[in-house]
Amino acid sequence: MRITCPCCGERDRREFTWQGDALALDRPGPDAGEAVWDDYLHLRENAAGSVTDLWYHDPCGAWIVVRRDNVTHAVHDSALAADVARQQSKFVWDEGDLREIGTAP
Amino acid sequence: MGYSGFRVIWEGLTGQKGWKPAWRDPEPKPEYDIVIIGGGGHGLSTAYYLAKEHGLRNIAVLEKGYLGGGNVGRNTTIVRANYFLPGNSEFYSHSLKLWERLESDLNYNVMHSQRGLINLFHSDGQRDAFARRGNAMINQGDDAVLLDREGVRRYLPYLDFDNTRFPIYGGLLHPRGGTARHDAVAWGYARGADSRGVDLLQNCEVTGIDISDGRVTGVQTSRGPIRAKKVAIVVAGRSSQVAAMAGMRLPIESHVLQAFVTEGLKPVIDHVISFGMGHFYISQSDKGGLVFGGDLDFYTSYAARGNLPMKEHVMDAAMTLMPMIGKARVLRSWGGIMDMSPDGSPFIDKTGVEGLFVNCGWNYGGFKAVPGSGFSYAHLIATGNHHAPAARFRLDRFRTGRGIMDEEGTGSQHNLH
Repeated sequence: MRITCPCCGERDRREFTWQGDALALDRPGPDAGEAVWDDYLHLRENAAGSVTDLWYHDPCGAWIVVRRDNVTHAVHDSALAADVARQQSKFVWDEGDLREIGTAP
Repeated sequence: MGYSGFRVIWEGLTGQKGWKPAWRDPEPKPEYDIVIIGGGGHGLSTAYYLAKEHGLRNIAVLEKGYLGGGNVGRNTTIVRANYFLPGNSEFYSHSLKLWERLESDLNYNVMHSQRGLINLFHSDGQRDAFARRGNAMINQGDDAVLLDREGVRRYLPYLDFDNTRFPIYGGLLHPRGGTARHDAVAWGYARGADSRGVDLLQNCEVTGIDISDGRVTGVQTSRGPIRAKKVAIVVAGRSSQVAAMAGMRLPIESHVLQAFVTEGLKPVIDHVISFGMGHFYISQSDKGGLVFGGDLDFYTSYAARGNLPMKEHVMDAAMTLMPMIGKARVLRSWGGIMDMSPDGSPFIDKTGVEGLFVNCGWNYGGFKAVPGSGFSYAHLIATGNHHAPAARFRLDRFRTGRGIMDEEGTGSQHNLH
């Protein structure tokens, strides 16, 4: 299994650590309530087929969202988690750092 | 038709003509009182105990493939009751007691071999932890012996005791722990359930769960619709897929666990050995093959096969612990779909839908639980009350935070257990 790190290129699976489903990027607000937090932390769609995961590239420290098939183990594509989160309009670049929209600069 | 040694000899002398199929192959009825989704170890034992303990007969087990074709057909056969936490401790203790009567109960040879299981430890801190675990087992009424280094050497002289990274300080021995022939367990329960009137329906895939006014009314299957008053889901790694048919999400992630077996060897490993620090465990089957395995591959998977990095890692651990097996050839490796839960402990519970039950979350430790899980699940389905040894196996324990059973103390992440 090979995964493409956007920074380093296509690398062997051994260089990566799987963190969890990419829903991790959809973190609820602190006051979202017990049911929402329980759902986020513990409940899973756990689908078969195309999934998006969060992986960490150990050598370079990049967090990556990987789209792959968990029935065939084919790896489709990957992107920096920061870019994915920005596309989800959660973050803006603020003087070289990512800032979550709604938080103070 | 009873099985016995006399029967084996008689049939041998008379041309093997008297054997009958071990279970019927009936057509599905349009309705049953109870439908069990999943014809694996837990589903078949649930059907058996519903019939035997509760006298219920109007039951069908629906299996999408062939009976016992899932994890019960591909595990590493270990049977033990050496859990530490309340909730787990009493459950596995009860299950082991059922194992010890199983062959006479089922009239079926499941080759249950209580050869002894040893958990190795490699530091003073680990010794303390295992002493604590052993005391918990003894308090539960089970058996545990703390061995020092020389104690382990008397049982397992072939280990690398002076290993630089993980020197062996001692081990926790569980004399009543051991192995059993996994297929035989499934078949014994199948035969027992069938002989008591349960219909075993193979090649019968559930494609939908019918719910009306918050109550389950039946299932849709590849062999037609079947109405039911109660529906019990017990499908291990596919729990989320079946629960989704009822509009439910579960606290489950499906991960792949690999296992391996070598060519047949003369008896060389007489116990079950668990090398926790190397994430490795091994025993020898009665056919002579070494049966061993290690960790998950650590990414979600429904492939029922794993990848080479974890294979290498397991072989590393094997060579680290017992270099003597280095020349044995690995004949087969395979993978299964493990239903991993956030604390590594299972669920036997009602759901929000009246008459719908779910049993899942056994992670990679479901085989030893086959008798206990079936017994407790049958009790819940038949009476509506939780069976005392399984009373803590609740779906809502993460939401409240009460009753979490995290044996390894690794926290609420599914793949860390």
